[in-house]
Amino acid sequence: MTEMLVREPRTTPARERTLIEEHIVEVLSDSGEGAQRCGQSFAAIAARSGRGIWTVEIIPAEIQPPARSVAGASGNRVRVAGHEITNGGDECDLVVAFNEQVLLGRVRAGELKAGCTILLESMWREDRDPQIQRAYAETYDRLVADGYRVIEAPFERECRKLVSDPHRGKNMFVLGVLCQIYGLDLGLAREQVAITFGKKDRKVIESNVRLLEAGWAWADENVDLRFEIPARPATETRVVINGNQAIALGILAAGIDICAMYPITPATSASHYLSEIFEKVGGIVHQAEDEIAAVTFAIGASYAGKCAVTITSGPGFSLKQEGIGLAVMAEIPLVVVDVQRGGPSTGLPTKAEQGDLLPAMFGAHGDAPKVVIAPSGIEDCFYTMITARKIAETFNTVVVVLSDASLATAQQPFRRPAFSEDWVAPPVDQSPVPEGALPYGWDETTGLFRRSIPGQPGGMHTVTGITHDRRSRIGYDPETHEDGLRHRSLKLAALQRTLRCPDVFGDAEGDLLVIGWGSTKGAIEEAVAALRAEGRRVSSLHLRFIQPMPSGIGEIMARFRKVVTVEASWSDRVEDALIDRENRRYSALAMLLRSKYLVDVDCWTETFGRPLKPGIVRAALAGFLKEVK
Amino acid sequence: MLTPVVDRLLCMAEPHHDIEDYQSGLVSRWCVGCGDNAILTAMQRLCRDEQLDPARTVFVSGIGCSSRLPHYMGTYGFHGLHGRALPIAEGVKMSRPDLPVFVSTGDGDCLSIGAGHWMHAIRYNMDLTVLMHDNRIYGLTKKQASPTSPIGTKTNTTPKGSYLEAFDPLSAALGMTNVSFVAQAVDWIADVLYQIVSAAYRHKGFSFIRVVQRCPEFMPGAFDAYVQDPQKTVILQHPKGIALSPALAKVYKNVREHDPSDLAAARALAQEREAIPVGILYRNDDVPRYEELRGAGRLRTTDELRRGLDAELDRFTIWSDTGPVPQ
Repeated sequence: MTEMLVREPRTTPARERTLIEEHIVEVLSDSGEGAQRCGQSFAAIAARSGRGIWTVEIIPAEIQPPARSVAGASGNRVRVAGHEITNGGDECDLVVAFNEQVLLGRVRAGELKAGCTILLESMWREDRDPQIQRAYAETYDRLVADGYRVIEAPFERECRKLVSDPHRGKNMFVLGVLCQIYGLDLGLAREQVAITFGKKDRKVIESNVRLLEAGWAWADENVDLRFEIPARPATETRVVINGNQAIALGILAAGIDICAMYPITPATSASHYLSEIFEKVGGIVHQAEDEIAAVTFAIGASYAGKCAVTITSGPGFSLKQEGIGLAVMAEIPLVVVDVQRGGPSTGLPTKAEQGDLLPAMFGAHGDAPKVVIAPSGIEDCFYTMITARKIAETFNTVVVVLSDASLATAQQPFRRPAFSEDWVAPPVDQSPVPEGALPYGWDETTGLFRRSIPGQPGGMHTVTGITHDRRSRIGYDPETHEDGLRHRSLKLAALQRTLRCPDVFGDAEGDLLVIGWGSTKGAIEEAVAALRAEGRRVSSLHLRFIQPMPSGIGEIMARFRKVVTVEASWSDRVEDALIDRENRRYSALAMLLRSKYLVDVDCWTETFGRPLKPGIVRAALAGFLKEVK
Repeated sequence: MLTPVVDRLLCMAEPHHDIEDYQSGLVSRWCVGCGDNAILTAMQRLCRDEQLDPARTVFVSGIGCSSRLPHYMGTYGFHGLHGRALPIAEGVKMSRPDLPVFVSTGDGDCLSIGAGHWMHAIRYNMDLTVLMHDNRIYGLTKKQASPTSPIGTKTNTTPKGSYLEAFDPLSAALGMTNVSFVAQAVDWIADVLYQIVSAAYRHKGFSFIRVVQRCPEFMPGAFDAYVQDPQKTVILQHPKGIALSPALAKVYKNVREHDPSDLAAARALAQEREAIPVGILYRNDDVPRYEELRGAGRLRTTDELRRGLDAELDRFTIWSDTGPVPQ
């Protein structure tokens, strides 16, 4: 890739560029035109050159939505900054759109900053279809009238000079344009193209590099925007992956042998990636015939060996509940990953929501105590899997990992994990079971016991989902039933005693405490930091362990005048006529905290199916702060 | 797996197992005259004759009368969920291909709530020995129609008689992709039942046995015609199948030579309604097993994991102290 195919275009020196701390860039196209690849490549180049990045995939629900449709926008949002960033941010500063219709969807959703710059493919102005011409012209005029700076860009025409089918290739041209605008190194960009098309032949790579260079040169002549986002020198080796890849890598690193799954959005990409990497290290991804088979297959595998994992999303999680109850009852280790999406029912398959917290805790019938952990970022997705495996095996129970669609496809650089032998599950115990040891030899204080695994001499017994005694024998009497309930419940207390209360973000006391869980950490802390910079007395607390919950939260809450949870799930709106304090349905975490601590915890929630925006959270918190005064 | 080697090193002599070693010591809760007792006896005898290590044998079941069986075995057992015996057993096998895994399931468990799993289990063709105890009724929930209840069966949910023709599990199994072993037994001919479970155990693949099983409580008399009239049973005899003992041959004279490798003949037999075919309808030892295709039971070292993880992380590493790292 070293030979030069065109002249080395010049780069605008940094001093002639407008210095900015961060920008949000969106690249939008019809499905299949490669805007996602363009955005991801742009982010990778920015990250490799020392900028903080966070990417959000813009995914239509259908595989091939009609071309030029408002709902069909496919692409990527890239937030680039001179510092580390933890979320997708607010409205975008610069948009590149391959047609005006996909752009409209984003405009209507309020995703564009007022007056922001739009680079719009101009070929539609001269389209053969007069309806398309008209739609384009009308949209262009309206956008200009609304104050956007629209630059009409002849991407198609320019690409045609190099390739016969710009439909596949325009994205790399646009990548060149973006690299020029943001002063990213062209050499690095060429490398990135080579990586992106690494599996293709040399001709494909060369053709795409030519398009990249052409975009760069075209922007040099025709676009007057030049920005410089400061690069932070790196002090550590970093990796850039998305949340689902982090989950898959975490499963591998935890030494788990078997993953049983059934395809479901948005969880499946974790299994795709795991399928790609797992067999190389002797792991097995079993695509079961259905969600119930996936969970029960994993339970069978766990029972006879190492803790197995099953990965799913909302509807699949509902179907697995009976199996989860069995694993709790028979005390078989199991890790269940739920990459949450909008619900109920089929809901919003490709979009984010935190609606599964209560089903995760209480979804199985009867009293089925299990551990619920919610990773709060991409890096956390990786380490949570290692923790989850360990807890499941130590406590012989189910650990539910609640990720969501906003982490699943978001990318962020983090410190490259250094493998530790402590992460890996030990070999399956096949030593003889000590004389007199019972299948459920519950410790009186902790409820813990050492399970015997098939192959262990002397440990023969039949596990069952029916109420059973310490010898695993069926018993319907009240003493036996309560003995089991008590010891299974005690295990959560035993785990809880080992948990540390999370640190408060901000001061330990103040007017408002915000509590969140899972994927929303970055947005909440950014909002809180912004308010604190204005001198507001607001802090936040973020929970990873939701069941059991660490001690100390009550004391922290007591030092604030008001407590509010921020969650991406439904809660009744107080302004609705029928809603009052008694009948209001609070969001899940608020409900839990209210019942647990008898504190009047309020909640603010949003269910737009997108990652929470720090600016919107900030405005909501400012409103709560006004109430406190 | 690790253990066999260790076992061989430490044990100077193979321990001998008696029938008691396969009894859990619990007294069965099945009704007097229930066919499940005969199936249990056959399984314990099989374990003894094969000298299976009770610590290295697993019986899996779903929910229903039949699914109590693991509790009465002196081996490891997993009494699972209604309909889910097969996926649980598949998980056990995938995790531990070194262990023999048996499954007890019923006509409701296997053919109704678990029917989807059953079809796919046949296609996976994992090395499992599956006994489908078919008493043609739901017993544990007290007499409701099952998929195999003969049309017109009066039950608590069909007081005027059941409406549909009985489901034919043999034809269904024989129509499935990758089917590798299908047999039919009746609980009242113990010797033939034993021969069939023994052949099923020795078959490497998914062995499906439908055991026609009497339920004196909820289907009294339903099987009398077959028990009392030997002509209503067709014994399938073949060198590759089973052979009647001289004593039984005096009673069961309706004998047919049937080559179990003949799938078309097996399918025709499954369709017969005059008499119950008893024996091995079909077997094919050449169907690939899923656990083998997937390389189950492979030992992995921590070092292998470390290298695997590092190789992946290399793909995603963006920079180091020395500047951008080529990916």
